[in-house]
Amino acid sequence: MRYLLGLFLLFSFQLQAKTITVCSTCKVKTVAAGVALAADGDTVLVKAGLYKETNIEITKAIKIIGEGFPVLDAEGKKANIFHSENTAGFTISGFKFINVGMSYTKEIAAVFTYRCDDFTISNNKVDMCFYAFMMQRANSSQLINNKIHGKAVKETTSGNGIHLWKCDDMNIIGNVVDGMRDGIYLEHVTCSLITNNISKNNVRYGLHFMFSDNNDYYDNEFMRSGAGVAVMFSKHITMRNNLFHLNWGTASYGLLLKEIYDGFIYDNIFDQNTIGINIDGCNRINYNNNKFIKNGWALKFTGGCYTNIFNTNDFMSNAFDLSYNSHLNDNEFKYNYWSEYTGYDLDRDGIGDVPFRPVKLFSYVVNKTPESLILLSSLFVTIINFSEKVSPVFTPDNLKDATPMMKPVVSIIKPSNKDLTQ
Amino acid sequence: MLKILKYSIYDLLRSRWSYVYFFFYLILGFVLFFLNNNLDKAITTIMNIIVILTPLIGTIFGVMYYYNSKEFTELLLAQPIKRSTIFMGQYLGISLSLTLSLVLGLGIPFALYGLFRSAAIFDFSLLLLVGFFLNFIFVALAFNIAITVDNKIKGFGYAILMWLFFAVIYDGIFMITQNIYNEYPIDKFSLAATMINPIDLSRILIMLKLNLSALLGYTGAIFKQFFGSNLGFFISMAVLILWIVLPVLRMRVKLKKKDF
Repeated sequence: MRYLLGLFLLFSFQLQAKTITVCSTCKVKTVAAGVALAADGDTVLVKAGLYKETNIEITKAIKIIGEGFPVLDAEGKKANIFHSENTAGFTISGFKFINVGMSYTKEIAAVFTYRCDDFTISNNKVDMCFYAFMMQRANSSQLINNKIHGKAVKETTSGNGIHLWKCDDMNIIGNVVDGMRDGIYLEHVTCSLITNNISKNNVRYGLHFMFSDNNDYYDNEFMRSGAGVAVMFSKHITMRNNLFHLNWGTASYGLLLKEIYDGFIYDNIFDQNTIGINIDGCNRINYNNNKFIKNGWALKFTGGCYTNIFNTNDFMSNAFDLSYNSHLNDNEFKYNYWSEYTGYDLDRDGIGDVPFRPVKLFSYVVNKTPESLILLSSLFVTIINFSEKVSPVFTPDNLKDATPMMKPVVSIIKPSNKDLTQ
Repeated sequence: MLKILKYSIYDLLRSRWSYVYFFFYLILGFVLFFLNNNLDKAITTIMNIIVILTPLIGTIFGVMYYYNSKEFTELLLAQPIKRSTIFMGQYLGISLSLTLSLVLGLGIPFALYGLFRSAAIFDFSLLLLVGFFLNFIFVALAFNIAITVDNKIKGFGYAILMWLFFAVIYDGIFMITQNIYNEYPIDKFSLAATMINPIDLSRILIMLKLNLSALLGYTGAIFKQFFGSNLGFFISMAVLILWIVLPVLRMRVKLKKKDF
């Protein structure tokens, strides 16, 4: 019994994680030295200050915590600040990473991981770095509450905020990405969660999916990017409760869908984007309870799209509600509210008695000759639209909402952290 | 001239049409602002009305007034007054009374709505400025037609055709031309073609201010660049002024030779 107790005490003493403090006046002066000294389960506590370090290797399950945002400065060198391979269970939190150099040939990041699992990167600030976080072949990890800021100008000379490649079960929560190439980039990422992030002013996309199936993103805000979100070649993606706004420019989209199958898009707001959703070759997607406000185009179909269902959405004050490029229609529109609907409701059931045709003839003309947009809202255009509405010739006859609502149907309460005026 | 201007304004006021016009705008303004809480939409509707209806009413009023007051005009011509004075007085009289109806008719609901304290005041002033120009331009064009054509029915026909041309037919031809030449760079052509037609020009000027400009996102970088700059704005204004000056000059030349 005594032995057992002694053994237990011995073990508990050994398991007792120690804390290594790093500061300019401490015994351990560099983060790299602190990390090297630490064993599994230890904490490296880095006090505020400037540390000009790169290539800090993480090989153990340790906690690296910054106190008062110590600055890790790469001084423009083409090297990662933290680098880790084949390691699980570490934490990086509370740092400010700056000045990771730009490279045309290598992907260099403030934190670079390869084949790492169960790690947490949280509450960091990243400023003027080529890539902020680059995760390759990671599983079950968290990227939480980081603030990433850059000044990207061109796609070729800038990197992504959060870049995930071949990952599974990742949680990207509460990050703010501003002024990068892609805010968040996911390639071959499955079963992951992207929520409460804000991605804005990015050169290319706010959030970018490539070949990433079974993901769920909600409560995010995407603004002023080339496209708020681009989802490409992915299946079973759920997009809900997001705010896409002010993606306004020569080729700006709120949401760009390319070859997406079996997705769900609901409870989102698309506000003042040049194109609300650009739908290219997407099949079997449900669009429910979305609000499209003051977009140039609310929905723009390019390429064959089949069996998509648009139910109970609000289309309000868009220059064009729908642009459609084919004579065939296999998509269903039901119970939507269209602010341009001029029909009546004699039986007072809230559903208009005459169908609404969302495709205008003018949008066909504009598809062919974009310059003719200058005639938007002129009397001539109104007349040709009216004649097309009365007797459809160019637009598919069955492309209509047979049950348009008389009043807006969507009431989404915006999360409080989303400031529309920003 | 001022005396004639005064008389023609009195005359128009007596004929009650100015009031009808005024009340039309007044009711429209109230309906738009108090039944519809979307300011952007209200301004868009008003834009459509100003751009389409103002020229139409200017044209019809101009032609109608000229033909109806022909006998009085002939009486005046017998007096020792210069011809240009008489006709300029009449022209300004109609244009001003129409503009007055427009400004007051829309201004009162706007003022009551509390717009003068809001940021939309600049958009609104632009609307009124454009309305003012369109009134003056189309009354001048109507007078030209009326002076040239003595037959009342023909004159009316030409006047309506003129309005139809600027409001609808021109855009149709414009769009077809764009469609035919859509493989060529046609943005400069589009810009020029828009500048030439006062109705199109007014529409674009207002639309750019209204952020209704989905077009600017897509192809219209060149439009935004041009009309968005001060230079573009001044050129547009110059074109509109030219549209007043040229018909008025032609009117004066024509009048000198006209045999009443």
